[in-house]
Amino acid sequence: MQQVFTRPASLKDVQTHFCPGCHHGTVHRLTAEALDEFDLRKKTIGVASIGCSVFLYSYFNIDVVESPHGRAPAVATGVKRARPDSFVFTYQGDGDLAAIGTAEIIHAANRGEDITVIFVNNTTYGMTGGQMAPTTLVGQKTSTSPYGRNLEKEGAPVRVTELLSNLDGVAFAARVAVNNPRNLMDAKRQIKKAFRYQVEKKGFSFVEVLAACPTNWGMSPIEANERVGGEMCDYFKLGVYKNTENL
Amino acid sequence: MTKRLFVRGNEAICLGALEAGCRHYFGYPITPQNDIPEFMSREIPKLNGEFIQAESEVAAINMVLGAAATGVRAMTSSSSPGISLKMESVSYMAAMEVPCLIVNISRSGPGLGGIDASQGDYFQAVKGGGHGGYHIIVLAPASIQEMYDLTMLAFDLAEKYRSPAMILGDAVVGQMKEPLAPRPKPDTELIEKNWALRGTGEGEQRVIKSLYLGDGELEAHNWKLHAKYSLMKEKECRWEESHTDDAKILVTAFGSAARIAKTAVAMARDEGMKVGFLRPITLFPFPEKAFRDATLRCKKVLDIELNTGQMVEDVRLSVARDADVFFYGRPSGTGSLPTPEELFAQIKKYY
Ligand SMILES: Cc1ncc(C[n+]2csc(CCOP(=O)(O)OP(=O)(O)O)c2C)c(N)n1
Ligand code: SF4
Repeated sequence: MQQVFTRPASLKDVQTHFCPGCHHGTVHRLTAEALDEFDLRKKTIGVASIGCSVFLYSYFNIDVVESPHGRAPAVATGVKRARPDSFVFTYQGDGDLAAIGTAEIIHAANRGEDITVIFVNNTTYGMTGGQMAPTTLVGQKTSTSPYGRNLEKEGAPVRVTELLSNLDGVAFAARVAVNNPRNLMDAKRQIKKAFRYQVEKKGFSFVEVLAACPTNWGMSPIEANERVGGEMCDYFKLGVYKNTENL
Repeated sequence: MTKRLFVRGNEAICLGALEAGCRHYFGYPITPQNDIPEFMSREIPKLNGEFIQAESEVAAINMVLGAAATGVRAMTSSSSPGISLKMESVSYMAAMEVPCLIVNISRSGPGLGGIDASQGDYFQAVKGGGHGGYHIIVLAPASIQEMYDLTMLAFDLAEKYRSPAMILGDAVVGQMKEPLAPRPKPDTELIEKNWALRGTGEGEQRVIKSLYLGDGELEAHNWKLHAKYSLMKEKECRWEESHTDDAKILVTAFGSAARIAKTAVAMARDEGMKVGFLRPITLFPFPEKAFRDATLRCKKVLDIELNTGQMVEDVRLSVARDADVFFYGRPSGTGSLPTPEELFAQIKKYY
């Protein structure tokens, strides 16, 4: 019998704590597959951020350092500068990266640090119970925007990939989703491409993944998936925003 | 014989750090410590190290965290408001047991305050300035030579105890020039860093973290840290003392205040007064035993600080039960540095 589906070597054989229908597990898998593809597991140092993905070390079979909330790009900068031959990536949520950690991501990107950032945008603060994030859509109800996000008072959701693409230091930036097989296959391709940038020492690479948080959205996994493909993809357009080397 | 240099304290710190093998510096400008990043930005590239002027003190300390997690000797420097910003990550590093050096060339506060010599950050430095209950090693140089020597020691102690270490100075010891004999780094036993991140290679996964959610895990971790602090107290206290044998009153001060206090003590001794002197060099661990021993004989202590009374609390906790502890200090600011004559008058008052 031919085995067609196995666990990536970079992932441990354990159950995750993620809620049913959460996309973090899928993004973990794609990230692990990309590590395997380039045979990076043994030379990788992952930087875990604060959010539902804080347990990165429980699921990935790699060296991991935990970062204070939002500071993962600065921590990764320190790691990479000290060990330029290691493969270094951060894995951050939208509260972590686009709110408290805005300065760190902008400046690590602008310096063109040779690191890869996996940015999981689920339009909310998952871990702390579904509060409003900088990426929360206008009108979206969260536990701290009970009347819906108000454009006048709270501004429009931040499109991080577009913002970062304007910086010369960014070599690769893409926005993907994992809500259906076609998007998933493309997400896999773009994450691999982002990793290739670092493997070939071609500079800062960034992948934003639109993701579902059924628990805090108060939706079933299927409804949450549909929301990603619907209003989220409408506002956060999928695509490759920067690909300086045409890899 | 080593060549003698004539340098500023801030430069002495850089020379000590480079001699100690530090090649990774991350910082952000703030007076009165700018000579440190300026020096490092010039010298570190020549040694194939890494210098980054970060976007903030917060970013700088987290770059230190990342670099130090791989086992290299990494440092940052700043001054009071910038040190406040770093504190969340200092707490993380204390918890994660990541060794590093943090230099605080402190200034007067609170708030933006001023840039004059100050000891207003004693509490923040020694009581664990961040959250959660922890300590870091704190060394207080009083001369340019010590700025150099204690920087090297700080790196060694940080690695020995897997803890952040801090040099606590101010504008006096930071910007003043004095002769320096740049001794080579002492031969210290190199401790294998079997915790440092390197990519698993053929080995086991290594994780540096501070999150402990399992039943009893965090309590056990905190007891382990506590045991480490007790060991530091037992083994690493350092202080300078003179004339404590015959003293009727003991003058104590640290860092730049100790320089002025020492002059005042000399003035008193010139007049035949029996005045002793005790200067803590390690502020954490605090040399409790030195105070206890000295106050078994001498029952009066005068503590002098450039603040309204911070170290004095530790002095009071350390002295023999029947000793009286007096305090003289002035909150710092322009024109507030006490003179030796002023301190001499205080010695006479309590003698
Ligand atoms: C300094 C600090 N502030 C706030 C928190 C609380 N906190 C933990 S996780 C989190 C938000 C996580 O949201 P996000 O980054 O979107 O990740 P998700 O959980 O949705 O994956 C916050 C605010 C913290 N740990 N530290
Ligand atoms: S709270 Fe949301 S982001 Fe967190 S694990 Fe559950 S579904 Fe995923």
